[in-house]
Amino acid sequence: MKKNTALYVGCSLLIFIVFCAIFAPWLSPYDPYVQDLTNRTVPPVWYEKGSWAHPLGTDQLGRDYLSRLIYGARISLLIGLSVAVISGFIGTTMGMLAGYFGGRIDMFVSFMVTTRLSMPVILVALATVALVGGSLWVVIMVLGLLKWDRFAVVMRSATQQVRAMEYVSAAQSAGASTLRIMLTEVLPNVLPHLIVIATLEAASAILLEAALSFLGLGVQPPLPSWGLMISEAKSYMFFSFWLIAIPGSALALLIFSINLAGDGLHQLLTPGERA
Amino acid sequence: MLAYITKRLGLAVLVALTVSILAFMLLYLSGDPALAIAGEGARQVDIDMVRKTYGFDQPIIVQFGNWLFKIIQGDLGQSIYFKTEVGKLIFTKLETTLLLALYSLAFALIISVPLGVLAAIYKNSWIDRLCLAVAVVGQAMPNFFFALILIMLFSITWRILPVSGSDTWEHFVMPSIALGYYAAPAFMRLIRAGMIEVLSADYIRTARAKGLPTRSVIFKHALRNAIVPVVALAAVQLGFLLGGSIVIETIFALDGLGYLAYQSIIQKDFPVTQVIVLLLSVIYILLTLASDIANAWLDPRIRVA
Repeated sequence: MKKNTALYVGCSLLIFIVFCAIFAPWLSPYDPYVQDLTNRTVPPVWYEKGSWAHPLGTDQLGRDYLSRLIYGARISLLIGLSVAVISGFIGTTMGMLAGYFGGRIDMFVSFMVTTRLSMPVILVALATVALVGGSLWVVIMVLGLLKWDRFAVVMRSATQQVRAMEYVSAAQSAGASTLRIMLTEVLPNVLPHLIVIATLEAASAILLEAALSFLGLGVQPPLPSWGLMISEAKSYMFFSFWLIAIPGSALALLIFSINLAGDGLHQLLTPGERA
Repeated sequence: MLAYITKRLGLAVLVALTVSILAFMLLYLSGDPALAIAGEGARQVDIDMVRKTYGFDQPIIVQFGNWLFKIIQGDLGQSIYFKTEVGKLIFTKLETTLLLALYSLAFALIISVPLGVLAAIYKNSWIDRLCLAVAVVGQAMPNFFFALILIMLFSITWRILPVSGSDTWEHFVMPSIALGYYAAPAFMRLIRAGMIEVLSADYIRTARAKGLPTRSVIFKHALRNAIVPVVALAAVQLGFLLGGSIVIETIFALDGLGYLAYQSIIQKDFPVTQVIVLLLSVIYILLTLASDIANAWLDPRIRVA
């Protein structure tokens, strides 16, 4: 068997970030919300004026940047996971129903997917958050309710393939209920596809949250969302570019590791197809 | 063919109608739109006035009917914040956004076609892996972060490009790069897969056996066939780029539809937001319609299915 470098590297990075997020209270040197106005925009340690007291410096309100970065991982991971679960549940239900029953249900689901795809996600999400008011849970709900399209498309075709298998007919003739067949015969066999899509959608949800927060219509201050940190540091970018570069790189690293893990899982779980 | 077009057109109209309902309903997500527009702490008199001016006191079906009927007639309503007709406002900005989307698409193709072809020719070599790495890193970078890096480099450090505005072609360079690079990886993967498939086809072996130079085999015979699915993807991506322009236009203060959408959302100027959502959706519907019909024309198998 070929070595799966993508899976190995992606998962290692991801586990590292998850570890940081879980143990944030023990790992961060300071409280991420405590301001120290006498110690504003202290540069990171690798700058001449930096010191080990604040390894990644402090932000425009004197809050320790490393602590905010570590707590920020919690927000991104929470968004990715929750959105993948909500949209995964909606999309998988729709896709499996369409793929299993076909006919009118299939037509209806395909219509829903086409409609959803034609609406620009970020615009609808922004407008909704502006109306309902921005908060972590609003962002999770809005993205969860918007991002089920890929789940539905992939689950639909995967279910269609599984439905034609003999073990499904066998279960049917044995008198198993439709719900039982769906849950015990179909679902385990489409699960590999589901996991791969879930990783990709989690990554895309994290990017969307960052973009929404960056535009000021996502997670609200003083929460240390990475997108929000970039947004708040925007007016300082001319003199303190690291205020943007640090959360930006963290975001890129997280997405990179999730995508890599997703590619690796794809190779591992669905051999024969290439990403 | 005619039957397929009719069916596909019917679907497009139905989707457009559903989108128009959703775009209209967007306003009702907050519960009471009059309250949302009047803002927090507004007096009851103000809220009542807003309700009356916007016609929120009428049944929702009547409101929707009036709205859609006017739009079909070409009356897109009045902007609250900009105090002008929405139609005028939008069509002056549409050109900027279309230009941005086209430039971005061009940029995405310029980097993805050579990389995709290279990756396919040197399949599984270090060149292939390098191209894949470019794609994976490209997909990981948040586009607003990438845009800020570009500003830092080209405007602040080297001072060769303007930070914001939309007057000259120079204002479009950074936005197009920032928006386009995100679309490139999808193209690259598609071209790579297509080229690998085509390069193992019989007619390529024949071309090679005839003694044609490699360059001519790759560009004249192989790429021409591998590029067909790219056209379909380009239509879809163009739609995504139009939607994604909101972040990029806001960063660069590029005076297009995306920036207008952002301003209208911030100012709670809902007549404008609704029309932009509807317009971008309709553009996407038309693009996919055109691409589906073009595909059906090229590939008879699709028509029958």
